[in-house]
Amino acid sequence: MRAHGAAAALLALTSGTVLLCAALALWRRAARGIVSALRVQGFALAGTAAVLGVQLHEPLLLVTAGLLVAVKGVAIPLLFGRLVQLDPSSSETDPVVNVPASLVAAVVLTLVAFVATRPIVESVRGVPITLVPFGFATVLIGFFVLVARRKAVSQMVGLLLVDNGIGLVALLLTTGVPLLIELGGTLDVLLVVVVLRVLVTRMHAELGVFDLDSLQELRD
Amino acid sequence: MVSMLIPGLPLLAVLVALVVGWRPAMPWAGVAADGAVAVIGFALALHDIHGSVPSGAGGNLRVDSLSAFMVIVIGLVSMLASWGSVRYLRYEVSTERCTPGQAQQYAVLIQLFVTTMLLAVLAANIGILWVAVEATTITTTFLVGHRRTRGALEASWKYIVLCSVGIGIAFLGTVLVYLAATHAGGHSLHALEWTWLSTHAHALNPAVMRLAMGLLVLGYGTKVGLVPMHSWLPDAHSQSPAPVSALMSGVLLSVAFYALLRFKVIAVLCLGETYPRELFVALALLSLGLASLLLLTQRDLKRALAYSSTEHMGLLALGAAAGGPLAISGVLLHILGHGLAKGVLFLASGEMVIADGSSDVDDARGLLARRPALGGAVGLGLAALLGFPPFSLFVSELTMMRGEMANHMAWAVGLSLVALAIAFAGLTTLGRRLLFGSPPGQAPSQRTPLLVMAPLVAGLGLCAAIGVFTWPFDEILRAAAKLVTS
Repeated sequence: MRAHGAAAALLALTSGTVLLCAALALWRRAARGIVSALRVQGFALAGTAAVLGVQLHEPLLLVTAGLLVAVKGVAIPLLFGRLVQLDPSSSETDPVVNVPASLVAAVVLTLVAFVATRPIVESVRGVPITLVPFGFATVLIGFFVLVARRKAVSQMVGLLLVDNGIGLVALLLTTGVPLLIELGGTLDVLLVVVVLRVLVTRMHAELGVFDLDSLQELRD
Repeated sequence: MVSMLIPGLPLLAVLVALVVGWRPAMPWAGVAADGAVAVIGFALALHDIHGSVPSGAGGNLRVDSLSAFMVIVIGLVSMLASWGSVRYLRYEVSTERCTPGQAQQYAVLIQLFVTTMLLAVLAANIGILWVAVEATTITTTFLVGHRRTRGALEASWKYIVLCSVGIGIAFLGTVLVYLAATHAGGHSLHALEWTWLSTHAHALNPAVMRLAMGLLVLGYGTKVGLVPMHSWLPDAHSQSPAPVSALMSGVLLSVAFYALLRFKVIAVLCLGETYPRELFVALALLSLGLASLLLLTQRDLKRALAYSSTEHMGLLALGAAAGGPLAISGVLLHILGHGLAKGVLFLASGEMVIADGSSDVDDARGLLARRPALGGAVGLGLAALLGFPPFSLFVSELTMMRGEMANHMAWAVGLSLVALAIAFAGLTTLGRRLLFGSPPGQAPSQRTPLLVMAPLVAGLGLCAAIGVFTWPFDEILRAAAKLVTS
């Protein structure tokens, strides 16, 4: 029973960290800081998988955890690292929504997440399920970043916040989707980041900036 | 085994492109591979009417009549698009707009794109389906940006970000389905299989499935290009090279729509008719309404065709909402007809870009007088798209509407007719300016090369033949529709 309580506390810690990192990504302006938040988030997500794996004696979840460390903790932040070095202007100097307002938005979105997930939390029982709002809030904060930040690097971060949030929800709800799907999904995310990186490099070569506001030709 | 073979064919073309590098004859490998896909699809569909289900890849891939039908659609439209790519690549390389290396990259990516779409329709479970649909986004992004202009860069950025978000939402929906399935006694990959889900649909938790279905419709709907998740579509379709637009509009949207068709069956079995129908009707009418209004203001042929795609996806969603065997066979026939007609029109628009430098209608006025063959193909393509006989879209639109009326959706049919009339006005105005307007400047009349005309004539011919002859599609459609009507 004690071990069970400890596992529950650890789970709360790791999934709480995932949400906290999302808020950190909103708070920090320097691209380097935002990428660190993303790295920690990757490790926290892997930690969630590991704790669940140990608690439920499910070795496949430990494989998932290893995969998450490799891709979301190491590879993706590395891919970002080069971009940030390439151009210091990738930092959010003048965000569309300023930082204090963004943090207030994050709080509101977290509350929304708790309210919105109530039907699921109530209809399906289990300790990890009560933590689902953390993941959902991370998704919503990711959406917010996508809408409110205009630097290319920030948008990539927003996309990954959405993805990590969904990953957390998936882990907590179902204690992991089948490994084959997890593998395919994680590989896809890695490739998406690679593609985005190429696009940002192209953008930089052509326009000299990482700013999406300079790309506004197409509209009706 | 056969289901393993089908996605392997375009992979062979990828291999050819990788090994031989850029040669003017290299893109023909893709045409041959995609043509073979269509032929195998036909064989499977005719074979499948008698009810056998070959499966392969450890049970992760399988073929039933519906996926065989989708294989035919993918095969035919990609054959046209690959055919158009031969011309596109030769022109781009000879005018040094793209390096031989970039041409090779294009040839590799376009066949990988076809492979991922085939995997999506052959997936035996909703997890593999999701991975495959996500992979289509990855393979197409560089294709959208292949012309390397500023607009192409913007379009590819918007495309990958929006579609990744959409597909992320679809993943959340998939996870919820998995949650419901495991609580209903399913285990691991087995619980994600289409067949398992439809036989156990009644045991799935309805509260969870309601939420799941909403997320799945939103997620895959992004990829279908349904309003309000459509905003990537006009940009991506107008900025891509023409053969890529043909593939995206002609089949990629329909592949995502295929996923929705399958999910809807499970939702209906679990939640009853009303909720899924309301979801589909709402998105259908929104798409039809907005797309037809925006069609009125378009001056660029490719952008107009993109909005027309959203409009046609709206028609499909309305047909799917009705759901009976009649409406669904109309939906499937419409998928095929729309793919062919749209493929032809996009390929023709590519030729306009080559000749006149843009797909802007005002730069290409008087097309029929200056280039009779190309102008004729565009005219016939537009007629097909507007639903004139003998083209199959006439039959399919009529069939869908009859199905909708039979399911007491007269008011929705009425609204859709209004939207169709607006779209009709928009496309005919645009077509009249393009075909009959006075030519800008002293544009000399030109002959259109046979290489350009051949896929256009083939596409239009097929579209008309399917509209006139009932064999073999009536049987194939009946068998396929039976799978997605509960």
